[in-house]
Amino acid sequence: MELKKPAVAGTLESSDIQITLQPNPNGGIRIYLQSDVKALFGDAIEQTVREVLNEFGVANALVNIVDKGALDFVIRARMQCAVCRAAEIQYNWEKEGPHE
Amino acid sequence: MSETKLMRTSLYAGGTSPAKMIQAGFYNEDCIVYDLEDSVFGEEKDSARFLVYNAVKYQRPKGKYVLIRVNGIYSQHLEEDLNAAVRARPDAIRIPKVEYASEVKRIDEAITAIEKAASLPVGGIQLWCNIESYLGVLNAREIAQASPRVAAMALGAEDFTASMGAQRTKAGWEIFYARNAILMACREAGISAQDAVFSDLNDEEGLRQDLEMTRALGFDGKTCVHPRQIDTVNGCFTPSEKEIRNAARVIAALEQAAREHTGVCVLDGSMVDKPMELRARATLAKAEAAGIKMWRKI
Amino acid sequence: MMVNSLGRELPERIGDYVVRPYRGAYDTPAREGSVITRRTAGHRVPGESKRKESLKEAIIASGLKDGMTISFHHSFREGDQIVGQVLAAVRDLGVKDLRFAPSAVVNIKKPSIVDFVRDGIIARIEASGIRGELGDAVLAGEMENPVILRTHGARPRAIEAGELQIDVAFIGASAADDYGNCTGQIGPNACGSLGYSFVDAQHAGCVIVVTDNLVDYPCCPVSISQQYVDYVVKVDSIGDPAKISAGAARLTKNPRDLMIAQRTVDIISASRYFKEGFSFQTGAGAIPIAITKYLAQCMKARGVKASFALGGIPAAIIDMYDEGLVRVVACSQSFDSVAARAISDRPGVIEIDNADYANAYSKGGYLNREDFGILGALEVDVDFNVNILTGSSGEMMGGLGGGPDVAGGAAVSIVTIPIIRGRTPSIVPRVFTLCTPGETVAVVVTEAGIALNPKHKNYAELKEDLEHTNLKLVDIHELQQLAQSMTGVPKPVETTDEVTCIVEYRDGTVLDVIRRVKR
Repeated sequence: MELKKPAVAGTLESSDIQITLQPNPNGGIRIYLQSDVKALFGDAIEQTVREVLNEFGVANALVNIVDKGALDFVIRARMQCAVCRAAEIQYNWEKEGPHE
Repeated sequence: MSETKLMRTSLYAGGTSPAKMIQAGFYNEDCIVYDLEDSVFGEEKDSARFLVYNAVKYQRPKGKYVLIRVNGIYSQHLEEDLNAAVRARPDAIRIPKVEYASEVKRIDEAITAIEKAASLPVGGIQLWCNIESYLGVLNAREIAQASPRVAAMALGAEDFTASMGAQRTKAGWEIFYARNAILMACREAGISAQDAVFSDLNDEEGLRQDLEMTRALGFDGKTCVHPRQIDTVNGCFTPSEKEIRNAARVIAALEQAAREHTGVCVLDGSMVDKPMELRARATLAKAEAAGIKMWRKI
Repeated sequence: MMVNSLGRELPERIGDYVVRPYRGAYDTPAREGSVITRRTAGHRVPGESKRKESLKEAIIASGLKDGMTISFHHSFREGDQIVGQVLAAVRDLGVKDLRFAPSAVVNIKKPSIVDFVRDGIIARIEASGIRGELGDAVLAGEMENPVILRTHGARPRAIEAGELQIDVAFIGASAADDYGNCTGQIGPNACGSLGYSFVDAQHAGCVIVVTDNLVDYPCCPVSISQQYVDYVVKVDSIGDPAKISAGAARLTKNPRDLMIAQRTVDIISASRYFKEGFSFQTGAGAIPIAITKYLAQCMKARGVKASFALGGIPAAIIDMYDEGLVRVVACSQSFDSVAARAISDRPGVIEIDNADYANAYSKGGYLNREDFGILGALEVDVDFNVNILTGSSGEMMGGLGGGPDVAGGAAVSIVTIPIIRGRTPSIVPRVFTLCTPGETVAVVVTEAGIALNPKHKNYAELKEDLEHTNLKLVDIHELQQLAQSMTGVPKPVETTDEVTCIVEYRDGTVLDVIRRVKR
C-alpha cells in the first residue's frame, strides 16, 4: 500500500509519541527517532513501527518520531492512526485477529 | 457463584491523553471508562479510537470493570467505534444520550454482528445506558429492559437539566425525579443504578451532602469527575455494620439450605429469592472492598 | 576484583584509592583516636583586620597551592554565585590540580564547573552528587581520578577521619561582620541554615567567609563563629535572590502523587511509632510536600503532636510548627525563603550542624532518634536497594543527599516512587547504581501498591500494624513485574571497566562504583 500524503498523529505530551509519516516513493522505510529512552527502548520502538507498517503492507515511508516516553500500545495506536491518515483509508477492523 | 462486580465508582479517561489513561488504571475506581465521545473533539476521533482500542487490548488494568464510551447513536463515528470497541473486549460499552429502547436494540444487534464476525462469544459485552434527557427519563423502564446486555443506567445530570430548561444546583431538586425514575426502572429490571456526577471539585462538603442523597435514595454507584473524588465516593457505599450482619445471615441461610437440600431457603419468615441473594453478595463485596474484616465468610 | 555483601563487583584499588567493601549497615565500628583536623591556632592582635578587598587577595593570603583541597557549602542551591567567582579567581592566580570538595555540587551554568575541570584547575572531586554538564563529562571519562560520592552524613565523618582534609573552605553567608561572625538566616540573600559548613569551619586549614552583606559588628544571629574565620571578603553578589529565596512550593495537583502521599500517611498513622512525641522528616519535592500536608491533617484529627521534624525544611513544615503540631524543627538546610527566615524568628525552629543531623560516627545524633523518614529514589530494585544517582540510561541525575543516612537511622524509612516514569520502569530487578542498601529500607510506596521489606529490622512490627488497615500490601517482585509488563524489558546499559565514580556508604565502605558508559 502506498502513502498518499504526509500525516501526523500523537502529541508531544509526556508519555505520548508524535509520529509524522511522509510518502517516500521507492525509497524504502526510513526512521528518524528522537527519544530520551533511545538507549533503552530505541530498538523496541523501531520494531513496533516497522511491525505496523508491515501489517498495512507499507514498504515506502519516511517516519519522523518524537517520543516522550510512550508505552508500546501508544506507539502502535499512533502508528496505525498515522498510516490511515497518510494513506487516506478507513481502518479495516476485521483485521484484528481473534483474541486469546 | 459468579463474581460480584463492584460498581461503586466510575472514572472517565479521555481517549486523547495516554498519560491520563495510564494513570487512571491505578486509582481506586471500580469502573474505568475510556472515552471516545465528549472528551475527544472531531479531528481526533480516529486517533482516540486507536488509542482506546490498543489500551484495552494490550494494557488493560487488572481488577477493574472496563468500559468504552462510544459516540452517540446518530453519530457518524458510531459504526467504527463499535467495531473497535467490541473487538477490544471491554466488560461493557457505555452509550451516551439514550432516549428509546429501539436505540438500545439497534446497538445490541450491531454488537452481536461484530461479535460473530470476530468469533467472540455472543452476548459477552454488556451495555451501560447514559440517560441525559427528559425523553430518556420518560422511557427509562423500556430502556432498562431493552436487552439482556443492559447492566446499568446512569444519569447525566448536566445535559438532562439543559433538556429541561432547568438550573443545575447543588441541592439537586431539579434532578430529583429523574434520579428516582431511573432508580425504579433499574430496580424493576434488576440492573445497577448509577448516580450523576458532583462537578464542583473543590467543594468537599458539597460532595458529602450530595452523597447522602445518593446513598439514601439507594444508588449502587456514582460517576466521579476527578480521581480526587474516588475514595470519598467509595466510602459512601461502605455498608453499615447492620447491613453487613444481615447480608452475612442471608448467605449463611442459603448455604445451610444448600447443605441440607431443603430446596427453598427461608429466613425470618420470608423466602430468600435471587435478588435478595445478589444484594447480600453485593453488600459483602462492598464491605470487603472497604477493608472491613469483621464478618467471616462461612 | 571483589564482591561486597550487596553483590556489587568492585576493584581492590582505583588509582590511589583503596576500596573497603561494604559489609553491613551497622558493621563498621568508630575509628579509634582523636579526630583529625587541619584547624590551626591563630593569633590576631587587637586592631588587625580580617578583611581582604578581593577573593584573589584572600586566596593568596590563604596560601592556596597546586593540589590542595577547597570546599564550599550548597545552601544557595541553584542560585549560588560564589563557587563560580572563587574558581575564576583561582584560575586567574594560576593555581591548578585542586581537589574540589563541596558539600554537594550545585548545577551552576555560567561558568560551568566542567570548564574548570577541562582547564586543569580541578583535578579531583569529592561531593554528594554531580549533574548536568559536569555529570556527563565525568561519566564520559573526562576526569583522570574517580569522583568520590558521599552522603551528607559521611562527609563530616570522612573529614574527621582525615580521609578528606580541607585546606581552604569558602563559606558563603548572607550576612557577616568584618571579623567573620556570619549566618545565612538574615540578609537580602538569606538561605537559611548553614548546617553543611559547620564541619568546614571547624576543620579546614583556612576559612574564608564570603558575603555581599557586611553588617555591623557583631553579627547577630551567629551561625559560624569568628574564632574559626581567617578572612572576610565582601563581593557584589553571592547569589541570585530569585533562585536562593524561592517561594514556598505549592501542593501538587497530580492525582498520582497525591495518592502516593495519602498512602504514605496512612502507613505512618497506622504504625505504632505514630504517637505523641513522634518525629519525622519529609524533605522537598511534590510528594513530600503533599505528605507533609496530609500528615498535618492526620495529626490534627488524631490529636498527636511531634517532638521534632528534621533535615531539609520547606515552608510546609514551618506551617506545621505555627499550628503547634511540631515542638522543634531542626534544620540542616532550608528549602525556601519562609523556612530560611523562620530560624531567626521562631524559637523552636533551630539551625543544626549537618553532622548532628546525619553523621553516623558522632556520639549520636538526631537520625538515631527519628521515627519516620521519607526518601525519594530514581530506581528501587527487588532487594529494596535504592538508586538516587543515575538515570536508567546511565546518566547522572541526582546526588546521594541524606537519603542513605535517613534510611540507616530512622525506625521506619519509606521510599515513595511511581512504578514507571514515562517508559522508564522505576522498580527494577537490579538498580544501575546502588546508593542506599536495601536492608535499611523498610517500605516502598507506589501508586500500584505498597511493599514491605522482609529483611528490614522492623518488618514484623510494620506488618502487624498494617494488617489492621485496608492498605494494599504486595510483594515487591509483583511491582517490578507490573512495571516491566508496561514498559517492556529495557536494553541494558553497557559500560567499560573504567571507574568514574565511587559511591561510599556512611561508614566509608564502598557500596558501588559507576563505570564509564559506552556510547
